[in-house]
Amino acid sequence: MLLLSHYNYWIAFILLLVGLYIVVSRGNLVKKLVGLNVFQAAVFLFYISMGKIIGGTAPIAEPGFTVYSNPLPHVLILTAIVVGVATTALGLAIVVRINEAYGTIEEDELDERDEPGS
Amino acid sequence: MIAEWLAMPALAPVVTQLPALQVVIPLLAAPLIIVVGHARLAWALALLAALAAFACAIGLLFLVLANGPISYALGGWAPPWGIEYRVDLINAFMLLIVAGSGAIILVYAPRSVDSEIARPRQTMFYALFTLCLTGLLGILITGDAFNVFVFLEISSLSMYALIALGRDRRALTAAFRYLVMGTIGATFYLIGVGLMYIMTGTLNLADLAERLPMVTDPRPVYAAFGFLIVGLALKAALFPLHLWLPNAYAYAPSVVSAFVAATATKVSVYLIMRVIFTVFGREEVFGDLAIGYGLLLPAAVAIVLASLSAIFEQNVKRLLAYSSVAQIGYIVTGLTLATTTGLTAAILHLFNHALMKGALFCALGAIVYRVGSARLTSLAGLGWQMPYTSAAFVLTGLSLIGVPLTGGFVSKWYLVQAAIEYQMWWLVATILIGSLLSVVYVWRVVEVLYLQEPPAGRPPVQEAPLSLLLPTAVLALANVYFGVETSMPLTVASRGALSLLGLGE
Repeated sequence: MLLLSHYNYWIAFILLLVGLYIVVSRGNLVKKLVGLNVFQAAVFLFYISMGKIIGGTAPIAEPGFTVYSNPLPHVLILTAIVVGVATTALGLAIVVRINEAYGTIEEDELDERDEPGS
Repeated sequence: MIAEWLAMPALAPVVTQLPALQVVIPLLAAPLIIVVGHARLAWALALLAALAAFACAIGLLFLVLANGPISYALGGWAPPWGIEYRVDLINAFMLLIVAGSGAIILVYAPRSVDSEIARPRQTMFYALFTLCLTGLLGILITGDAFNVFVFLEISSLSMYALIALGRDRRALTAAFRYLVMGTIGATFYLIGVGLMYIMTGTLNLADLAERLPMVTDPRPVYAAFGFLIVGLALKAALFPLHLWLPNAYAYAPSVVSAFVAATATKVSVYLIMRVIFTVFGREEVFGDLAIGYGLLLPAAVAIVLASLSAIFEQNVKRLLAYSSVAQIGYIVTGLTLATTTGLTAAILHLFNHALMKGALFCALGAIVYRVGSARLTSLAGLGWQMPYTSAAFVLTGLSLIGVPLTGGFVSKWYLVQAAIEYQMWWLVATILIGSLLSVVYVWRVVEVLYLQEPPAGRPPVQEAPLSLLLPTAVLALANVYFGVETSMPLTVASRGALSLLGLGE
């Protein structure tokens, strides 16, 4: 039971590895970005779940409630989500331009096309 | 003189706000540049913002030298709850390096940018450049672990876009690779911060330093340390996590190569220093965690392997990029030795290497401006046709090798001394081998510049225009100046080292 008591961290950890694996193993640049997103989402979940207190309510001061969840990690991760969206947008924009310049977005083909006269 | 200005009552409202202005000025300049929309005006604004930031950095350094560390509560929220800007000697010095490089390279920028980036894109270029400067300055000045992440991403995102502006299509793939690796690095850093927050409930670096030792179960803290260091090492391009760097430097526009090479990796190394010495503390890291060799060995391998890679490189920009990886090795070696001498060497080399790589990439940018290529073969015979640019390259090359009377000599001298203090003769040998290898790769460029005939059929090349030559010369001569007149950087570096080790100011 001890292992499962922090199951939220396990989920985040598994997602983290899944994301990293996609980034490393896939040659398609869009799939790499998807992997990167899964990787980041894992960290978002990690932050969001750490602020939750079992039995706690939303952090609004009301009579009758004494236990509140910690809002700070949620606010932090809101910033990180925005950064993640910006990263994905920039990454996709670069992929579009790579496609225009090379006519492909497969990593091995990109390397091949740069070989002659490099 | 500057100290008197800072004490003037009329300037008091500005002086107390200096830490905020340091970041806010370039931050506000970036959107303003986009609104202005005219390439030359955009450049003028960017230069103005960088000069203002440089002035702030000079002011802050003088204030810290006179009165000790400054703590600035952003928005009036007292630390540790609000975001604290904290300036001590080391980051005041780093702010000076980054803002100074930014200002000098912007003076250099317009001619080179005109020849490499299409006119309609130039306003965006200057906006991105200013944002990148903002991010780097923000990382340096803030005393809040999460705020560091935000600034890290501001600087990184603008850097990816800047690199993608290069003329060669390989700039795009290089930018993409850097984006993926950089995001993984930054996310690792975020995990580390999260773990520290779970265990201590604080994000303020100084507060973390007080609370971490009180944590009863140290395992999450160790994990946090691992994530932080690996993430930052990726950003700092510490061997073997340097794979994104050579292409990113090689295919970026010349101005971007010069700026990024002079500042970006240094800022990440600074963060590694902060995490190790300010947050975790020397005893914790090198005693309980015994991380010393875990960082020292990659650094030593970087010195030798990256220098070897540089020797076999045909593109001079890539050659300099590999040399940068080797220089990061020297800096990390100095900081893992964790003695006063070692840290002094590391901080000095941060400064000297910024001057060296700034000057070398500027000189190379001037050459690319005239001949349109950075390949070794196209540099043939330029030593006589572009005498001043080539002389600047050679002079800075000497500093890179570490010849006496140049800045590079001073920092390597201290590094060797630090290794001798530990009786680590293999490390002394590694540092010397690294220097010998740098003789080889610098000589390869010098040989092509001076001893080879210009290729037949190429029209005579003119010396670079003054607007490119002047900033290059200033940076190159600074290498010699700080090799002869060592007192300023040396005082700051050794006092900074003492304060990092907690041995007094």
